[in-house]
Amino acid sequence: MDMMGLTAVELGKKIRAGEVTVREAAEAALAQIDRVESQVHSYVTIDREGALKRADEVQKLIDEGKLEGPLAGVPVAIKDNMCTEGMLTTCSSKILGNFQPTFTAEAVKRLEDAGAVILGKTNMDEFAMGSTTETSYYGETKNPWNLGHVPGGSSGGSCAAVAAEECFYALGSDTGGSIRQPSAFCGVSRYGLIAYGSSLDQIGPIAKDVTDCAAILEVIAGHDEKDSTSIGRESYDFMGALVDDVKGMKIGIPKDYFGEGLDKEVKNAILKAVKILEDKGAVVEEFDLSLVEYAIPAYYVIASAEASSNLSRFDGVKYGYRTGEYEGLHNMYKKSRSEGFGAEVKRRIMLGSFVLSSGYYDAYYLKALRTKALIKQAFDNAFAKYDVIVAPAAPTTAPELGKSLSDPLKMYLSDIYTVSVNLAGLPGISIPVGTDSKGLPIGMQLIGDCYQECKILRAAYAFEQTKGYARPKLVSADEKGGR
Amino acid sequence: MAKQYETVIGLEVHVELATKTKIFCGCSTAFGGAPNTHTCPVCTGMPGSLPVLNKQVVEYAAAIGLATNCEITQVCKFDRKNYFYPDNPQNYQISQLYLPIARNGYVEIEVGSTKKKIRIHEMHMEEDAGKLVHDEWDDTSLVDFNRSGVPLVEIVSEPDMRSADEVMAYLEKLRLIIQYLGASDCKLQEGSMRADVNLSVREVGSDKFGTRTEMKNLNSFKAIARAIDGERQRQIDLLEAGRAVVQETRRWDDNKESSHAMRSKEDAQDYRYFPEPDLVPIVISDEWIAEIKARQPELRTEKLERYKKEFDIPQYDAEIITSSKHMADIFEAATAVCGKPKKVANWLMVETLRLLKERGQEPEDICFAPENLAKLIALTEAGTINSSVAKEVFEKIFDENIDPDKYVEEKGLKIENDEGALEQVLAKVIAENPQAVADYKGGKEKALGALVGQTMKAMKGKANPGLVNQKLREMLS
Repeated sequence: MDMMGLTAVELGKKIRAGEVTVREAAEAALAQIDRVESQVHSYVTIDREGALKRADEVQKLIDEGKLEGPLAGVPVAIKDNMCTEGMLTTCSSKILGNFQPTFTAEAVKRLEDAGAVILGKTNMDEFAMGSTTETSYYGETKNPWNLGHVPGGSSGGSCAAVAAEECFYALGSDTGGSIRQPSAFCGVSRYGLIAYGSSLDQIGPIAKDVTDCAAILEVIAGHDEKDSTSIGRESYDFMGALVDDVKGMKIGIPKDYFGEGLDKEVKNAILKAVKILEDKGAVVEEFDLSLVEYAIPAYYVIASAEASSNLSRFDGVKYGYRTGEYEGLHNMYKKSRSEGFGAEVKRRIMLGSFVLSSGYYDAYYLKALRTKALIKQAFDNAFAKYDVIVAPAAPTTAPELGKSLSDPLKMYLSDIYTVSVNLAGLPGISIPVGTDSKGLPIGMQLIGDCYQECKILRAAYAFEQTKGYARPKLVSADEKGGR
Repeated sequence: MAKQYETVIGLEVHVELATKTKIFCGCSTAFGGAPNTHTCPVCTGMPGSLPVLNKQVVEYAAAIGLATNCEITQVCKFDRKNYFYPDNPQNYQISQLYLPIARNGYVEIEVGSTKKKIRIHEMHMEEDAGKLVHDEWDDTSLVDFNRSGVPLVEIVSEPDMRSADEVMAYLEKLRLIIQYLGASDCKLQEGSMRADVNLSVREVGSDKFGTRTEMKNLNSFKAIARAIDGERQRQIDLLEAGRAVVQETRRWDDNKESSHAMRSKEDAQDYRYFPEPDLVPIVISDEWIAEIKARQPELRTEKLERYKKEFDIPQYDAEIITSSKHMADIFEAATAVCGKPKKVANWLMVETLRLLKERGQEPEDICFAPENLAKLIALTEAGTINSSVAKEVFEKIFDENIDPDKYVEEKGLKIENDEGALEQVLAKVIAENPQAVADYKGGKEKALGALVGQTMKAMKGKANPGLVNQKLREMLS
């Protein structure tokens, strides 16, 4: 059986039917890790023993009829900024190189309660600051579709692990596009998510198909009394949205997202996908979203400001890295932080400290907050007319390794289509719509209004029905893609 | 003629709220406890943890705001104050800057017979920091996070006070309001109420404020008064010498009765305040405010008036008893049991205050059950024990909260009313003290006192002194 070619929901079904044991599934994932990890480097920490031990425990619970959910027994990978009790959680930073949390993040705990088997922790941009996973202290992750290219970021490790079939699904986090953009390049409660930009941070699923996404979302979504900003709602039925029907669905195409700066191949692939949805009965219309050019500066001001404060707790006092030699408290702070953080993290801490400092707060931070409110309003206006907004996930396909960090401004601009969604607090999904001439995947982003995850899941599901599932050569060399 | 100076004072008062759990997590706020035992990932600032607001903190803060005539900010928010210090586990404090819970209030104080309003600029909620313990031997510092996350309100006054007496009156007023609300025990010594003093001086008649300093580390009312006098004089001396007062934060050393500069305005930290993104805005509805108002207990002034009317006790007594909510509670509870308000008041006014002073305690430290005081009063009223025994028993009640009925029984302290036994003792005393007997018979009234004393001693204090007196006179006549 080509077990690693299964989706999470398909594997869950086989496990419950007794066709596959949880241990076999975990062993298959670990075997795939052995085969490709040295080339891809998706993981920071791999917990072989823990995964196998846990697999047997979960199997027992399934056999006893205590676990029945669609994800019971399915091995998962977790982005390394989500706390896992007793398992290293480094945020891909030197400063947390020895950090073992005393508790598990709520979203991860919900997965565990649903019978997930954690294989390990995936690589990411340091503290989720970056768009390529190249700012990790533990080395870059490579794009399984083309090892010379980046996987995107900051959840690049999670996306690469899913694409390289080193797990069946993964959790990522998204502050300005960190799930959608790398998902394109490769496809909840915040309690326990080590904060970057708190007001923009969100945890989400990274999976092989839309069905898996819906199943995972059902498990991790829900009000958590430990996170005051999480919201309770009436229905968490996302699987019900998986209907192959978009007749009459109103789809808006923001003209501002398809202008200058967008790669031609990406543009064509997405417009082709839109045409497919139109052929299935959706009503497609172009419109002006406006304010698009302000999203990036507003995002980097707000996210960096919050990051400068969130990351101040990493000071060498209580946990994590402390410099070897120092004279007095302030020297210890300075040296530990200077040595423990990487360049991109330091750049954002400085930027954030600056925009919050006395005399600049109004001109930068407050203005960014106002811009954020205006962007939200622009989306509100759009959603008065449309059910779903379609946009590229990124202006290009995955760039080559080593080409991004030297020009941070250019890297920041690659977030142009994703950050607005975080600023406006909207749900978004990125799905593969094809590949470019170099064989690199192209991602299409579907954006919904607040709490309208079902609409974007339905549109994504309907599109997915029209095409097969592509696999990178790395994993399908002997099986020639497709399911 | 020498210049006349006026002192201008504003206060920043921190009050620890009496919630059972901390402001952003479920940990206990109990005082003491082994280091780092009242802690969790939230109050130790572990990565990934998030704060969740304790509703009781908002209730207490709003109640204090309402009782001090403030406007309640019905949509208020928390902000982050960023600074690095090891007692602050996140290196930021969750506080309120932009939209504090209460603003524009006042309290009325009385100094001498002059009444005056002291305006309150604003009041905000925030979390306390942990405690640093410096180990001099080891040259290391240790951090105890038990206090980290204990809820505080900071009450910032306008610069409306002009003397140490006014400051004392203002602090006393705040303390009583907050104590009566049950929002804090306001103990200065344990740090549940702390005040920083902002002070400047100016020539009498000037309408411009002078340059102010902020004085910290004031641990008692007396220290505050001394610091005000000391700082006033220091600033006047500077001005008289033709020098300028520097705007700075100073630390008061009450042992040396002097202060030293901690930091000047130039190196004042930039706290980079911004809205706390992990908490949602707090909406305080009209209904909620009405509920808090409805729950407001009887405050001090009302209680004082009621005591005078209902229990017919003098103004002076009522003032002292109501000067501590705890003492007033004991007064009412004991009175309810024994029905003798004046007797209860006397025990509180005389013996209780004496013992508190002797033990170096405050009225809040009284820990005996009011029923035991009521029982003691019943015993004396019934003539079961005499007054000197009663004092001895009360001290036991005060220190150990003993049950006076049992104690008197066990120790055999009841007055002997057996006249035969008394007469035998008297006969023995008369026989053993011929000189005193002769003196008395010779007209020296004082000599009788010595004989009474001898008799009481022989009977171990259990005799009724009136009866002894009467019997002696009979036997010697």
